[in-house]
Amino acid sequence: MTCRRRFGWYLGFGCVVWMTAASAAEPPPNSCLECHHAMEEQTRGPATLFLESDVHGQRGLSCADCHGGDPTSSDPMVAMDPSQGFLGKPTIAETPQFCARCHADPAYMRKYNPNLPTDQYAKYLTSQHGKRLGQGEADVAVCTSCHGVHGIRSKKDPLSPVFPTNIPGTCASCHTDAELMDRHGLPVNQHWEYSQSVHGQALLFRGDRAAPHCASCHGSHEAARPGAIAVGNVCAQCHALTRDLFAASPHKAAHESLGLPECEVCHGNHLIRKPTDEMLGVGPDAVCIGCHEPGSAGYASAQQMREAVERVKAQIAGAEATVKQAGRLGMDVSEAEFELREAETKLTQTRAYVHAFSPSALQPIAEEGQRHARAAEEHGVAAIHEFHFRREGLWITLAVLGLLIAGLLLWIRDLERSDAARPPTPPSPPASP
Amino acid sequence: MRLQDRLAAFFRARYQLGGLIEFTSHKTVPLHRHTIWYYWGGATLLLIGVQIASGLLLLLYYRPSAETAFESVRFLMTRVEFGWLVRSVHAWAANLAIFSAMVHLASTFFLKAYRPPRELTWVSGVCLLFLLMGFGFTGYLLPWNTLAFFATKVGTEIAGVVPYVGPLTQTLLRGGSDVGDLTLTRFFWLHIAVLPVGLLALMGLHLFMIQLQGMSKPLSVKDERSIPFFPNFFLRDLLVWVIVLGVILGLAVYWPATLGDKADPFAPTPVGIQPEWYFLWMFQTLKLIPGHLFGIEGELIAVASTTAAAGLLVLVPWLDQPARRGRSHWMVWAAGVLAMAYVIGTTGYAVWTSAHP
Repeated sequence: MTCRRRFGWYLGFGCVVWMTAASAAEPPPNSCLECHHAMEEQTRGPATLFLESDVHGQRGLSCADCHGGDPTSSDPMVAMDPSQGFLGKPTIAETPQFCARCHADPAYMRKYNPNLPTDQYAKYLTSQHGKRLGQGEADVAVCTSCHGVHGIRSKKDPLSPVFPTNIPGTCASCHTDAELMDRHGLPVNQHWEYSQSVHGQALLFRGDRAAPHCASCHGSHEAARPGAIAVGNVCAQCHALTRDLFAASPHKAAHESLGLPECEVCHGNHLIRKPTDEMLGVGPDAVCIGCHEPGSAGYASAQQMREAVERVKAQIAGAEATVKQAGRLGMDVSEAEFELREAETKLTQTRAYVHAFSPSALQPIAEEGQRHARAAEEHGVAAIHEFHFRREGLWITLAVLGLLIAGLLLWIRDLERSDAARPPTPPSPPASP
Repeated sequence: MRLQDRLAAFFRARYQLGGLIEFTSHKTVPLHRHTIWYYWGGATLLLIGVQIASGLLLLLYYRPSAETAFESVRFLMTRVEFGWLVRSVHAWAANLAIFSAMVHLASTFFLKAYRPPRELTWVSGVCLLFLLMGFGFTGYLLPWNTLAFFATKVGTEIAGVVPYVGPLTQTLLRGGSDVGDLTLTRFFWLHIAVLPVGLLALMGLHLFMIQLQGMSKPLSVKDERSIPFFPNFFLRDLLVWVIVLGVILGLAVYWPATLGDKADPFAPTPVGIQPEWYFLWMFQTLKLIPGHLFGIEGELIAVASTTAAAGLLVLVPWLDQPARRGRSHWMVWAAGVLAMAYVIGTTGYAVWTSAHP
């Protein structure tokens, strides 16, 4: 083989390698992105957002997977030809169904995330939003209202509008719009009330993602007003013991017969404040007197339950002061502190058992709390007594030692006086240098 | 015949006690302006006695395992009658014993009592101080609280720095790669079995040599006065012992030993962890030496210099050649003052840095 022929072979092989590499590096043609990127800021947005953060884009879906058309053609007339399946931009009314083409298809969704539910659309149809959309109202929330459009993020992404800490703000984007809510006959103060509530403070200010948000009570895709009786079921998701106690209490039947909600009557709904002991009993801030008149059995029960709670609190406060005093004196109060913690636990249980609305159910727990507080007090008193005993014992012992020292000094003085009267003693052998 | 005479006759008939009684009745102690320093040895002896007595009482309740040690000490402190007092006395007497031994050592150094023929008394005394520090190190871990746990972790880590024998020493002390249940068992074994045997044997030897050779008189003292050891000096010793007992009781009542939190091996090392005060100067030396010096690891230099200092201390009777010839040299005195200033200064510095992190 001549040198020239060999060179020809090398050149040919090199060209083939170069062409293969070039074709492998080039992404498949997507005329949607190419054209939309070249457009003005306003129309370029969807393409940029989709590429940057959209969960669909990250999973390998393209524009055509939602909007249809032929992304391989660089001719806009062909790429966006309705006869080629191009759907274009869905209207508000079309949006839920538009998303549901994939999201209600379990076989299709399984390819991407087998754990993702596929009943969102069915639930949406039962929601207030879905129902009103079905009635032809176009100013209601659809999928994109909460999830965004081309920058749709996973709900686990903290930047997603449906991430737990962002949900109240997402709902509020519509539910604080006075004009919009006025058209639907809804108030606009829910978000403010929620943000002041014990739940809102936990979620929005302390970042506690276990705290309930709008969707925890109203549902997300099936968002609706919980019915009067159903409110209790919503609260029971977390407050199970309280709900069980309520369900077994005389209030259950009374609320049902009057068509009243359960928890909401005393605690409110969006503006649920941290409950205080003042809510119980017959004082000016007590919620019991809203229904129970003086002289009634309920009035007396409320008074008795409040008194039981106050007795435990007073016992704990007294014990705490004693234990603190003993601690300040440097005494070991670990056992007293253990009893105090037990008493606090019983106080919390006593407060929970208020929801049994029966003094006889609450009394034994309150007494147990008092017993633990009394034990703490006794430990504290014993520690203070022990402190004084130790100090007094020390000084008596030191006085005895002082007497011993005085006796020894006198003995030594007598010895040395008698030694001085005798001739000096020679040093003992062997002599030391 | 009186009871005491009958008892004396009983023992005289069976044992040759005449020589011993004769020796004791003629034994004297020099009387001069430095005699006060002679009491520190006796005070240390009393404190060791207190340690043995209180330690035996603690053994009634202490249970040496990671699971039970802390709980047993808590039980002792809160439930056992005067348990708090026994433990507090044990803790305070331990510190005072080391302090007293240090003062005894310093006074012996400056009075040059180590000069011939008392070289071996000095060596046994220095070794006794090392043993007492060993008691402190091993006893500190036994309550199994957080501070003790991490201080032992740091302490045994330093032991591992020594070339060749370090890793083996560390493993032997810890009973494994880390401080744990086995470390506690080993430290307990050292604290109540190995070290006491060594201490009693060495202390016996130390006292025996002192009795044989008598108390040393400083070079500067020309006074020939002396007092009988028994009962004159013994009564003075007894007086000091009563005072020391009062001091221990006062400290134990006003500042009782604390319990701390139970050691959690998985917890992060607490900030500002420090060993007992008598190890602080070594700890501070370790902190002051740079990570690397002349291409050698700083920790190794600190450990080597501390070991060298201990070796020099043992060899003082032979290093101080002028004293062997009955003369006093200012350089020995200056070296002693410098060493003391360094130990006190670095200890003070360590205390100051822990108070002002």
